[in-house]
Amino acid sequence: MKTTDELLRIKNLHTGFRIKDTYFDAVDNVSLTLRKNEILAIVGESGCGKSTLATSIIGLLDRNNTRIEGEILYKDTNLANMTEDELNNIRGLDISMIFQDPLSALNPLMRIGDQIEESLVYHTELSKNERKERVIELLQQVGISNPKRVAKQFPHQLSGGMRQRVIIAIAISCKPQIIIADEPTTALDVTIQAQILDLLIDLQNETGAGIILITHDLGVVAEVADRVAVMYAGEIIEEAPVDELFNNPKHPYTRSLFNSIPQLSQDSTRLNVIEGIVPSLMNLPRSGCRFSSRISWIPEEAHEDNPTLHEVSPGHFVRCTCWKHFHFKSELGGNQHVHAD
Amino acid sequence: MWKTVLRRVVIMIPQLFVLSLLVFILAKFMPGDPFTGLITPETDPARIEELRERAGLNDPWYMQYARWVGNLVQGDLGTSYRFKQPVEDIIGEKGLNTLWLSLLSVILLYLIAIPLGMLAGRYNNSKLDKAIVLYSFISYAIPTFVLALLFLFLFGYTLHWFPTIGSVDVSAVPGSFDWYWSKIYHLILPAITFAILGTTGVIQYLRSEIIDAKSLDYVRTARSKGIPMKKVYSKHIFRNSLLPIAAFLGFTITGLLGGSIFIETIFGYPGMGQLFITSILSRDYSVITALVMLYGFLTLLGSLLSDIIMSIVDPRIRIE
Repeated sequence: MKTTDELLRIKNLHTGFRIKDTYFDAVDNVSLTLRKNEILAIVGESGCGKSTLATSIIGLLDRNNTRIEGEILYKDTNLANMTEDELNNIRGLDISMIFQDPLSALNPLMRIGDQIEESLVYHTELSKNERKERVIELLQQVGISNPKRVAKQFPHQLSGGMRQRVIIAIAISCKPQIIIADEPTTALDVTIQAQILDLLIDLQNETGAGIILITHDLGVVAEVADRVAVMYAGEIIEEAPVDELFNNPKHPYTRSLFNSIPQLSQDSTRLNVIEGIVPSLMNLPRSGCRFSSRISWIPEEAHEDNPTLHEVSPGHFVRCTCWKHFHFKSELGGNQHVHAD
Repeated sequence: MWKTVLRRVVIMIPQLFVLSLLVFILAKFMPGDPFTGLITPETDPARIEELRERAGLNDPWYMQYARWVGNLVQGDLGTSYRFKQPVEDIIGEKGLNTLWLSLLSVILLYLIAIPLGMLAGRYNNSKLDKAIVLYSFISYAIPTFVLALLFLFLFGYTLHWFPTIGSVDVSAVPGSFDWYWSKIYHLILPAITFAILGTTGVIQYLRSEIIDAKSLDYVRTARSKGIPMKKVYSKHIFRNSLLPIAAFLGFTITGLLGGSIFIETIFGYPGMGQLFITSILSRDYSVITALVMLYGFLTLLGSLLSDIIMSIVDPRIRIE
C-alpha cells in the first residue's frame, strides 16, 4: 500500500459527550486510515459509536456538548482543531456525507433543485445558469430519469429511493474526495438497497473517492466493502480486508455477529444471540476487555489487562487476546484450561 | 382547490344553523328582558306588558326564532333595544374601531414576538435566551387588567403621554388629518398593552420549534453542505419554524374583529368587546345574538382561511 494513496488518517480519536458536566467518550481512541478508491466499512451494533465517529470527522456534532481529542488528518491539516468557518470550506467540497433516513434528510419546504444547488453556490464559481445545468446533470448521474421535473418537485413528492438518490446527488455535487455514508441503505427496502449500493460503487469508480460506509448490515459489507473495521463500545476491536474478515474472523464479538446471522441451512428455530446488552455510555468499563462481560464463560485470564490491537496477519488486527481461547457457549469442552500468555 | 373552498362554505350552513338555535335559546334563558331595566316602583305593569307584546316577546320562542332567522337571512339583524338603531349600523361602527385596534395590536405583537422567539431559539441557554424566556413568562403571568391599569396610570394619567379614554378626540373634524392622527394616537397605548400580553405564545412556540429544528436531519444535511450557519438558519430553520405560526394566521385575521373585552373596557375604547359586554348586561337580545352569530361565522371562516394559508406556505399540504 502506497502512503500517497492515503486520504484521511484518524489518530487516537476520542469523542466525548457531556452528561451532567462529565465527558464520556463514545469514540474511544480510534485510529483508522482511508485510502483513495477504497470503501472502508465500519460495522457494529447500535450505540457502538460508529455514527459518532462519522459525524466527528465532518464536525457536525454540537460543539457545546462534545469534546473531540486526537487527530483527523486530511491534507496534512487536523480537522479536529478547525473552526466552524474553516470546516465549512471542507464540508460539501472535500468531504461530504450521506445520511441514514432519506425521508427526513431533505428540507420539506425547498425544491429538490434548490437543495442540490445550495452547495454549488458556496463551493463553486458557477453562474446561476451553469448551476442549474449542473443540478440536472447530477440528477441524471444518480439515475433519476426525469431530472428537469424532479428538480422542480418537493421532497414529499418523491419515493424513499428517489430521495436517497437526491441526497447522494447533493453529496457528490462538488466531487468530494471523501464520502461518509452513514447507513445509507438502512431505511430503504431491499431492492432499492441494492440499487443504491450499485450507484455508490459506480460513482466511486468514476471519481476515485474514498468512502467510509457506516452500517450494521454484514450483507452490505460483504457486497461492497474493501476493508472492514468492527467497532464495539467505542473501540475498534477488529480490522481486516473484507475477505479475510469474512473467512477468518478472530475476535469473539465478530464471530458472535456472524454466528447471529440466521442460516437457512440450519434447522434450528432459535436465533443465536449475543448474551447481555451493550453497556450504556456512562457505564462503559474503561479498562480491561470491554466485551468480557458478554462472554462470561470465558475465564478472566484469557483477556489482556489493557487490550491493544495485535496484527495477526498482514492488515488484520484484533484487540485483546481472548479470541485465542474463545468458544461459543454451546460448544462446551473447548479450551477449558487457559494458559497464561 | 376552489371546489373544496366552496364545499367548506356549504358545510358552514348547517353549522351556523345549529349555532343560531343555541344562541337564540341561551339568550332567551337569561333572566330578565330588555325592559327589566325600565321598571321602577312607579311603572305600570300593564305598560311593560304592552311594550313586551309590541316587541313580540310574548310569542312562543319558536315563533320569535323563526322571525329572527327570517330577518337574518335577508340581512336584517334587527334593531337594538338599547340604541334604537339597526344592529348592523352599531356593529359596523364599533367593528371598525376594533378592527383598527386589533390590526395595530397584532402587527406590534408579531414585530415584538418573532424576533425575540428567533433570538431565544437560536441562542438557547444563553443569557439572552434566559432573559427573553423570563420576559415571556412575566408577560404571561400578568393579568390583562393589571397591566392595562398600570399602563393607563403610568403613561396616561401620570405622564400624560397618551389619552386615557375614547377612540378619537371629540373636537377633531371627521376626515381631517388631525382626526386620523387622533385616532391612531388613541390606539397606541391599548395596542401596546394587547401586544405585550400576547407575545408569550408566539415566542415560546417559535423558540421551541427552532430548538427542535436544530437537531433535525435536514438541518444536518444543510450543515454538511458547508453553507454558513447564518444561511442554515435563514433558509432552513426559520422558514420551517414559522409554519405553526402561519397555521394560526387565519384565526388571527378573523379574530381581529372580536376585540378584547378587558382592554376595551379599561381604556374606554368603544369597540366590539365593550359592545358585547354592555349588550349582555342590558339584555339587548338583537345585538347579543348578532354578535355571537358573527363570532361563530368568523371562527369557521378563520379555520378555512388557515387551511388556505397553510396550503400556500407548505407544499406538503394541498387542498384537493
